[in-house]
Order: sequence, then structure tokens, then C-alpha cells
Amino acid sequence: MAEVLVLVELNPTGEGVRKTTLEALTAARALGEPAAVVVGGPGSAAAATAQLAEYGAAKVYVAESEEVEQFLVAPKAEVLAQLVSDKQPAAVVIPSSPEGKEIAGRLAIKTGSGFLTDVTEIAGDGTATQVAFAGATIVHSKVTVGTPIYTVRGNSVTPEPAPGAAEEEQVAVQLSDAARATRVVDRVVEQKSSRPELTEASIVVSGGRGVASAENFSLIEGLADSLGAAVGASRAAVDSGYYPHTFQVGQTGKTVSPQLYIAVGISGAIQHRAGMQTSKTIVAVNKDPEAPIFELADFGVVGDLNTVVPQATEAITARRG
Amino acid sequence: MDIVVLVKQVPDSGSERSLDPADNTVARGSADNVVNEIDEYAIEEALLLKEAHGGEVTVLTVGPESAADAIRKALSMGADKAVHVVDGAIHGACAPQTSAILAAALQQLSFDIVLCGAESTDGQLAVMPALLAERLNLPLLSGARKLTVEGGMARVERQTDGGYWALEAPLPAIVSTWDTINEPRYPSFKGIMAAKKKPVTKLSLADLGIDPATVGLAMATSQVLEFAGRPPKGAGVKVTDEGDGASKLVDFLAGQKIV
Ligand SMILES: Cc1cc2nc3c(=O)[nH]c(=O)nc-3n(C[C@H](O)[C@H](O)[C@H](O)COP(=O)(O)OP(=O)(O)OC[C@H]3O[C@@H](n4cnc5c(N)ncnc54)[C@H](O)[C@@H]3O)c2cc1C
Ligand SMILES: Cc1cc2nc3c(=O)[nH]c(=O)nc-3n(C[C@H](O)[C@H](O)[C@H](O)COP(=O)(O)OP(=O)(O)OC[C@H]3O[C@@H](n4cnc5c(N)ncnc54)[C@H](O)[C@@H]3O)c2cc1C
Repeated sequence: MAEVLVLVELNPTGEGVRKTTLEALTAARALGEPAAVVVGGPGSAAAATAQLAEYGAAKVYVAESEEVEQFLVAPKAEVLAQLVSDKQPAAVVIPSSPEGKEIAGRLAIKTGSGFLTDVTEIAGDGTATQVAFAGATIVHSKVTVGTPIYTVRGNSVTPEPAPGAAEEEQVAVQLSDAARATRVVDRVVEQKSSRPELTEASIVVSGGRGVASAENFSLIEGLADSLGAAVGASRAAVDSGYYPHTFQVGQTGKTVSPQLYIAVGISGAIQHRAGMQTSKTIVAVNKDPEAPIFELADFGVVGDLNTVVPQATEAITARRG
Repeated sequence: MDIVVLVKQVPDSGSERSLDPADNTVARGSADNVVNEIDEYAIEEALLLKEAHGGEVTVLTVGPESAADAIRKALSMGADKAVHVVDGAIHGACAPQTSAILAAALQQLSFDIVLCGAESTDGQLAVMPALLAERLNLPLLSGARKLTVEGGMARVERQTDGGYWALEAPLPAIVSTWDTINEPRYPSFKGIMAAKKKPVTKLSLADLGIDPATVGLAMATSQVLEFAGRPPKGAGVKVTDEGDGASKLVDFLAGQKIV
């Protein structure tokens, strides 16, 4: 069976791979036999191989070198381009993070191929589904030139285990000067959170301008914690200084696609919907019965968030015991 | 310091947008066209660099005739001149083709730094800066929330989940910006009047040495086969809180097996 290269996103904590990798491995199986590609610092593949085997990687190409971590993006694209030329895979599948998209773009130029970004599904004939214009349009597209490259949108494919041999093969890393152009001098974590990562969470609770202050965001955090959810925010809430930008959901923030999305004090502007419209179940709390968010909501409460949210938090906590 | 800013005209993200059923390309007639919002931040950053270091700001756009409006906006904010690549053959181009056109135009310009948005609001690919870096063999500092230029080096804080990465690269370089980097200025009346007299150079594919037969929908590296509107969601339940809103909400979640 044809080989499909899948770029691995390692967990920054050093524990295994990100969920996006398992999603990419699952999506890749439609096209052939997944071969995982780990590009990282020395020893980084060791923590990943067990999980890669569990999710169907027949092979694991291990490209480890100090230098890979010292420069931005380009080294990973270079390793993938080398593998595409050596192994002639049927396709390349990459998780759709900002870094993943840049890698896909660079790889496309290096290999003279077309690429499709943010696909939500890949079919056996190579056609892929993309969601355009704030989720309003569903598009089916196909790469017509070269080795097709796909980036898979987070939370759109359900990871399914499948046995894989995960046979390791070392890949020598020899970076060109071009791949050493932009140095990563430091990686700074400003917000440490015990909550799940926004784009990976199965439940997201977001607050908007209606929350009315930074202090009052504790209501949103309380509800989120009762559900084991991630916290999000609208741009109006971020611009008003209620919550950090990292948590913005929407067109110019994160795109989330959880099982449950709870929008509190958010009107539902098209640019906000762009980031959450594909959530499975949507719940809204808003005091304005005409708020557009209710058009999307499976369940809506017209009411004051200052009373509804604490009561809901209390009831959920009680139920969960 | 000479700066080129890449500016794309897009259908307003606040209006209903669609593809054109005739050839599955973006329907640019049905919505208001505006400057890609994030590109305004790149323009502002270019103007700030010019104010600090001197030099000239050139706007570069690939797009149909109507994109002249986007160029005017950038010039009225304070950019000095513009290059507009317009050619019927470009219609329906894929990202790799668009990058080849932008790269060819950049090779005709002199610059220390190329600024652009991190992502457009229509295609939302967030790849153009990487494609250009690859084609032009230039360093890319992408996703900037902060930029400083000093002693021939660009330094950027790249916005990440929960923090940033500090990046550095020698000039000339490409820098893409997010909307966290600054607050774009509004064009002043004086700026709007001055923009009318600023030079805009129009270039065709032939001017860039590109064979029009190699570009456009028919030659694209990927193709949209079909599209459809997302199926409308069935009407949900809406309750008005009369003291029991929260408990009804929790009942709903319980019904969904969430709590
Ligand atoms: C190019 C572009 C990109 C954008 N990107 C994004 C993006 O990524 N994410 C994003 O969110 N927005 C984005 N926006 C902004 C977007 O257009 C809206 O302005 C924004 O989403 C509004 O946020 P909001 O719903 O919190 O605020 P508002 O629209 O002001 O809504 C507040 C809501 O809270 C309700 N409310 C007030 N008080 C209470 C109360 N006590 N109890 C219950 N409800 C209450 C009100 O009824 C109202 O519906 C973008 C805009 C542009 C032009
Ligand atoms: C819904 C949709 C999906 C698409 N999917 C694909 C796909 O999967 N693969 C593919 O190859 N093509 C795709 N395209 C086509 C692609 O969007 C266009 O070719 C476009 O020119 C480049 O992509 P972008 O606007 O998304 O760029 P981005 O990479 O998002 O833009 C980043 C920045 O680059 C600059 N820039 C981009 N375009 C121009 C321009 N024309 N002139 C000046 N500056 C510019 C701007 O500063 C912008 O902020 C898609 C288009 C649409 C509308």
C-alpha cells in the first residue's frame, strides 16, 4: 500500500504527541499507510513512538538534531521535502497549526505541489472537505499537481486507534543555510493554565463583552471548571482587557470545534461565529432575545448571565458530586 | 529603510460571502470589498518603521481592478507609492501561483523589509508569507505581535498559544503581523487628498516576465470541485430565565449526557 507521510506535532510538555497528530494519522489512513515523521531535538521521538504505533503508524521516520529546534519552521519543511523525494509518498498530511500551515506552504514550493489547508475530511480518492467563510460554505477540493499536501483542522477528525508496526528509520538532518535564516532565541510561556488547551478541549465556555469586567470573568472560569472546560473570549472581551488575547475565539483568534460550546454574553457576530460554528452542540446565555447567537444555539437562555451562570455552575457541581 | 507592504483586497468579513457558482471562485461582486483587516496592521507597522528610520513605504497588491480602492486606502494612511499587478489571467489563481506573482513583483522592488498580514479573511490560508520566503530565499519572522529593527537585524515576538517565541533574523527579511501588534491609524482628510496624487504603477503578468498561460484557474495546483451552503441547523430551544433558566440549561446538558 502507498505510504502517506504524517508530520508529528510533539507535545510541548514532552509527554507524547498532540491530539492533532492522532487526528492526522487517522485522516491519512484514507489515502494509504501512515508513516509518521518526527522532526525534533535529540531523543524527542522516544516519547512518541508508542502512541504512533497505537494510531496506525507503520513506520516512524526519526529526524533528530539540536539545530531543528533553534530555527523557525524551515528545518521541518526541509526534512519533509527530502523524504518526499526519497520515499515518493502518495501524500503528506500535517496538523493545521500556524506552524503546520507554514510547513505545508514551504513544502509545496520545494516539491512543486499543490496543497489544501484546514481540511476537515480526506476521502480515498484524495478529495478533501474545507469549510470556508466563517463556516457558511462547505467546499470539496482536490490537489491537481505534484504530491498532495493537506493540513488537517483540529477537532474535525475523531482519532481512532489502529495497530501499526511503528518501525523506526533514522533520517540524517543536513540543514541548508536557508533553513537557518530565522533563529528562535527564546520560547516564553506567559499564561500557564491547568485548563485544557482551547483548540483541543471537548468543552469550551466563552465570555463576551456582556461579562462586563475582568473580575467578572471568574464567573466564566467557574462554569468552565465545573465542566472541565477550556475558557474562551470574544474579541470585544479581549479588546476591553477582560481576558488575554491568547483565548480569543473567532476569525482572528482560535478556531474551536468542541463537543459543547457555551457562549455567555456574546452577541454572535459573524467573525466570532467563524471560530466556533462547527461546534457539535452550542449553548448561549444572553439577555437580549434578539441576539444572533440564538440562531446557532441548540439551547439558549434569555437572561442575565450574572444570575444564570453562578446557578448553573452550582447545579453542575452538585450533580457531579 | 525601504519597506514593501503586501495588501490584499477581500470581501468584507462582516457581510455574507459566497463562491461564484459559475466557476467556484470567490464572488467579489456580492459583498463590499475592503482591505484585508490584518493588512491594516502591517501598513501601520510599516508607517511606524518609516517614522523611526526614514525611507519609503511601497504598497504591493495582486488583484482585480477594484483592488485599486484597497491601494488608495493604504496610500491615504500614509504609504508613499504602490504597485498593482492586475491581469485577467490571474483570475482563480491558487496560493502557489499568487506567490509566484508576488515574488516576481518583489524582485523588481528594492526593500529592507517586507511586511504583510499573517492571514487573509477570505482564503484564511495563512501561508503567503511562507511561500514568499521560500521562493525568494529570505528569512521569515512570522506571526508577529511585536517588531523591532536595529543594526540590520529584525526581532519579533511570534504570538503562540499562551505566550511568544523570540525570533531574530538579518535584513532583508519578511515579517507577517497579527492584529495584536499596533492600532492602525485612520486616514486623515489630508491623507485622503494626498493619496490621489501618489504614484500607482500597474503591471501585467508580461511586465513581470510571467507567461499568462501558466497562471489562473485552469492551471491552478488545486481545484474546487463543488461547494454548498452549510446545512442550516434545526431550530434550537430558547427559554427565558424566570429563576429556572439555569436548571433548564443543566437539564439540557444532562440530556446530552454532558453532565
Ligand atoms: C476582521 C475582523 C475580525 C474579527 N475577529 C474576531 C474574532 O476573532 N473573534 C470575535 O469574537 N470577534 C471578532 N471580531 C469582532 C466582531 O465583529 C464583534 O465585534 C465581536 O465578536 C463582539 O463581541 P461580543 O459578542 O462579546 O460583544 P457585543 O457584540 O457587544 O455583545 C455583547 C452581548 O452581551 C449581551 N449581554 C450584555 N450584558 C449581559 C448580561 N448581563 N447578561 C447576558 N448577556 C449580556 C448583549 O446582549 C450582547 O448580545 C472581528 C471583527 C473584524 C472586523
Ligand atoms: C475559501 C478559500 C479556500 C482556498 N483554499 C486554497 C487552498 O487550499 N490551496 C490553495 O492553493 N489556494 C486556496 N485558495 C486560494 C488562495 O486563497 C488564494 O490564492 C490567495 O491568493 C492566497 O491565499 P490567502 O489569501 O489565503 O493568503 P494568506 O496566506 O492568508 O495571506 C497572508 C497575507 O499575504 C498577503 N497577501 C495574500 N494575497 C495577496 C495578494 N493577492 N496581494 C497582496 N498581498 C497578498 C496579505 O498581506 C495577507 O494578509 C482558497 C481561496 C478561498 C477563498
